[in-house]
Parts: sequence; C-alpha cells; structure tokens
Amino acid sequence: MPDLLLDIRGLETQFKTPDGIVHAVNGVSFGLKEGETLGVVGESGCGKSVTMLSVLGLIPNPPGKVIAGEAFYVGQDLLKMSKEEIRHIRGAQISMVFQDPMTSLNPVLTVGFQLEEPLMLHVGMTRNQARDRAAELLGMVGIPNPKDRLNDYPHQFSGGMRQRVMIAMALSCSPQILIADEPTTALDVTIQAQIIELVKRLRDELGMTIVWITHDLGVVAGLAKRVMVMYGGYIIEEAPVNDLFANPTHPYTLGLIQSLPRVDQDQHKKLYSIEGLPPVLYHKPTSCPFAPRCKWVMDRCKKENPVLESVGDGHRVACWVNTTTGRNR
Amino acid sequence: MTTPNNEVLLHVKNLVKHFPIHRGLLQKQVGAVRAVDDISFDIKRGETLGLVGESGCGKSTTGRSILQLYRPTSGNVEIDGVDLVRLKGEDLRRMRRKMQMIFQDPYASLNPRMTVGNIIGEPLIVHNIASGKEVDDRVSHLLELVKLNPSFATRYPHEFSGGQRQRIGVARALSLQPSFIVCDEPISALDVSIQAQVVNLLEDLQEQFNLTYLFIAHDLSMVRHISTRVAVMYLGVMVELASRKDLYESPLHPYSQALLSAVPIPDPIAEATRKRTILEGDVPSPANPPSGCRFRTRCPIAEKICAESRPEFREVTTGHFVACHMVK
Repeated sequence: MPDLLLDIRGLETQFKTPDGIVHAVNGVSFGLKEGETLGVVGESGCGKSVTMLSVLGLIPNPPGKVIAGEAFYVGQDLLKMSKEEIRHIRGAQISMVFQDPMTSLNPVLTVGFQLEEPLMLHVGMTRNQARDRAAELLGMVGIPNPKDRLNDYPHQFSGGMRQRVMIAMALSCSPQILIADEPTTALDVTIQAQIIELVKRLRDELGMTIVWITHDLGVVAGLAKRVMVMYGGYIIEEAPVNDLFANPTHPYTLGLIQSLPRVDQDQHKKLYSIEGLPPVLYHKPTSCPFAPRCKWVMDRCKKENPVLESVGDGHRVACWVNTTTGRNR
Repeated sequence: MTTPNNEVLLHVKNLVKHFPIHRGLLQKQVGAVRAVDDISFDIKRGETLGLVGESGCGKSTTGRSILQLYRPTSGNVEIDGVDLVRLKGEDLRRMRRKMQMIFQDPYASLNPRMTVGNIIGEPLIVHNIASGKEVDDRVSHLLELVKLNPSFATRYPHEFSGGQRQRIGVARALSLQPSFIVCDEPISALDVSIQAQVVNLLEDLQEQFNLTYLFIAHDLSMVRHISTRVAVMYLGVMVELASRKDLYESPLHPYSQALLSAVPIPDPIAEATRKRTILEGDVPSPANPPSGCRFRTRCPIAEKICAESRPEFREVTTGHFVACHMVK
C-alpha cells in the first residue's frame, strides 16, 4: 500500500511489572493516509497511548519493550532505527503533543528557549532565526504579544496557553504527522473548544496528518475523519467517523455510544451501562478480551480471539457476533 | 427518579468564602481569594441540584462550605431550618449525620491502611450508632446496597479498581443514613464505561432513600442527565439557576450559552452543523476579579454598565434565575 504515510503491522508491546508481564499492545495493525485525521478511542489501559509511543520509540526500556511488529514511515521501519536515527524523525517529521502541558514543558527554561531548541537542532537555524520563527509560531497558535512572551517561563502561562505552546513546539519543524495524546483532557470545556478550533484551523492551513488519541467520543465526532476503537490492547473496530456513529458494530463500541448522555438531548431514563471492568492483561488474551462483559457472548468468543474483518467500506470489526441477530456473523 | 415536593431542605443565603492571602515576614493579610462571593439558593428535598462551572469557579468550595468543612466567611446555611454556620462542637457534629460527601478522587479519599469494613463502619462507631457485631452487619448491608460483595469488608482499598472504590465511598457516605449528600465530581476520575454504572447507582439510591444531592461536575452532559435543576457558577458567583429543561434548552446568561456550545456531542452529523461560541481568553484570577459583572472581560455582548455594577441575581421567569444586565 504505497499511499500510506505510516504503516503499522503487528505491533506488540509489553511491560514488566512486579506483578508480572502486562501485555499492553497485542498485535495492532493500521495505516495512516496523508492528510487524514485519525481518532484513536479507548479507556485507560486499552493501549491507545502505548501504541503511538511505541511507534516513536518513546517506551522506556526497561520496563517496557516492543517485542514485535513493523512501523513503516516513508519506506523506513521506525522500530529498527537506532536512537540517533529516530531522533531525526521525532519532532522533525512526526511530532507529539502530550496530555499534561505542565509536566511536558521544562519549568526552569523560558518558553522561547524551548521553542528555539528543536529549530536549531532539526532545521539548523541560527539562534536569531530560531527566535523570529519561535515568535511567529506563538502568534500562529493565538498567543498575544508573542515576542514578549518568549522570555516567560511555563508557570507564567495558563493551562490552555501552555497547551498552545506545546502545539507551537510540535509544529515548529513543520512535521508531516502530529500525534496528539489526550491534549485537551486536562482543560476546561471552553478552553478545549478553543484548542480544537485552533487545531482544525492549522490542519486546514498546513495540510497536516493528525492522530488524535482520546477517551472522549464527542471530541472525536467533531474532529476525526476515521476512528479506531481499542480494547484490551487490540483494535476492535475501525470505521469512517460517520459510519462508526451511525452503525457501531462491536458490542463495546455500541455500549460506549449508548452509555453517553448528550448535552443536546433530554433523556432521563436510566443510562445504558457496560457491566464489569476493563481487563488487566497479565496474559495475552486467547479469547475475545471483551467477552466477560459482553451481553451477546457466545461459546466461540470464549475460545477464539476474533480478528478484524471488513463489514463495509473501510469498516473493520473484530467480533464473532452479529449484534442485530445475536448469532454468528 | 423521585418527584421532589416543594419542601426546602437546604437554604443557602448570601454565602461568602474568602481565603486570605498572606505576604511578608509578618504574614500580613494582603488580599483574599474570593472563591465564593455572595451566592444564594435553595435545594428541595429529594431533588438533585447540578452545580457546573469551570475549574476555579468556586463550585467545590460551595459544596465544602455548605458542609462546614470550610467555615464560611459570612452567610447562612440552613438544613431543616437549623443554621449550620452558628453551630459549633458537639451540636455541629450531631448535624453532620444528616449531610455527607462523596469525593472526586477515589484513590485519595480512602485511607490505604484501613480495611473497607473499617472505612465504612467508622462513622457508625464515631457517632455511637452501632458497636461490635452490629457494625459488621451494617457494613455487609451497605456493601450490598452499592452492589459489592459483602466479603470485601476485610480487604484494603488498593485491591479495588477506581469504580469499585467510588462505590466504597458511596457506602461510607450512606452509613449514617443522611438526607443530603454533596457529590463533588464523583465520576470525573472514572473511565467512560464505569461512569454510567456509578451514576445509575446514585440514582437508584436516591430513589430508595429519598436522598437529596448537590451534584458538582464539569461534565455538562452527565449533569443534564442526573439533575432536577442546574446552577452555573463563574468566578465565585452564580450566574444562572433554572430547571434542567430551561437551562439546557433556553439558557439566558451568555456564559451558560458559551459553556453549553463548547461541550462536544458524540454525533459527527450534529457536530458538523453546530455553531460554537468560542470564548476568548482565560478565566481571570479570583483574587482580583473584574469590577461589575465578573464575566464581562470575556463576554461577547458586554456593555458599559457591565463594568459599573454587579448584575443582580433575579428571577426572570418562574424558577429561572439569572445575573446579567443584558437579559431583559
């Protein structure tokens, strides 16, 4: 598939913990097309962040380890690169924005210094060039008086402003791919709306490819073109955004969408709830990881792990059951 | 849902809570964070009042000041006609049976060195309601109420997931059979699929025991689901209070309107055609709030009068209160 910008195949990542090995990602394969916005949805521990961190070589080893898989970016396997090689990709061609803007900025360095560093390192600018570009970037993400703010430290910015700084930093070297890991989860809704508006504008202006990791289906609905739902270290459903919300097919996706109350609808009956707890993966699942919580569960689900199969145009699902008939698909 | 009758359980009048700011060698007071600045409202028996607003708007301080976990700077808080602000010592302690709290963080709010049974049973012993075997029986019963296995009483909090811990917190709050519970962001720390479980539990218990909730949250979708009436706070003041239907279908205050328009809807088709009011800038500091209307610095329709005088919190239509000069 030559038109894929990023092509991940069979990715598996594990973590050694005192209680045993946690199988965080268990064979994830997906492609990212140029210019698209991919939403990755799932609950904590489903492997959504670990998948993207693995691709960028950001899993601390030990305790973590990518044990299998390939991640092709313009013909090169990111997982086989040396630390030095991947450093030239990270930040320059694929960059990342993290959830907590306070802990991901260095508190003892000015924002200007932190913005100039990648420009000098990856692009080879001089200090003065980098300074001008840094001010330009801050202006672009909507920070007033960008020239003066370069001399400020992170604590002098509010949460929303810090996340803007992080986005400016991620965009500084004009990367092809931006990976955003729950960038608005720590922010208030009105600030979240500001940041999402900003990202949409930048995406349209710069033609960026975006991977947006979140647990919020509402954010995904407004931003993504295509959505992957993860559970237990697997992709369990993948579809174009309209299709996913109109025809959710995996029982987990179905349950998630039904369990959400909506701000634009008056609905006072009992919320649909998925009983039970998400799994802790001390063993690589040999059966469907959602089976213990699934109300459509069949014998086969407890014996065989379903694989992703196409059920429509660009719509893949990993489930043995047809949720309309309750029988084998 | 129970139908609340019109009997007022909680009456909050002109509640103010300022936190002093001390500076210098002599720790002189140089100012105050005006976390809650003169708010008044009622909660009726059996209803759920949703309290929403962004971080730092004073919604948690309001909850804690009602329960006297913070002593209010001024104002009155009456439960069943008794003014809690005037009570001290043993008299106040006796009133605490009637009012309990469920906290946001299910990891920080349970003592890791106590068993679940001790955590849930402690209020019974402290208030001399039960002792010995009787405590164990009550604890088992309470665990069943929150749909946990009674055998969990001998285990420690670290053995449980976030959702289960929150159920333990709910069981503890119920142990004294209170009539009023402040739920301070009880589901914010939980995963999406677990949130619905806990909200359903809170609703079941409300029906069973005719509980009254003050439900503090920033998730406006969940508040719409659970509340009878909803109040919106901004920077220490209440800007709007109305029935659930009125607030969500015809919000009057420009802040409520912007807040509601900012909430993402899990429906791509609705999202594509939505018009958003994007508020500029950040919330000002509560230590130095703007003059007049506190929202005027970010308000899209502010005029001269908004800087000059604080808008009165007035009843515009029956049961719909708003504090805005621009609302006729």
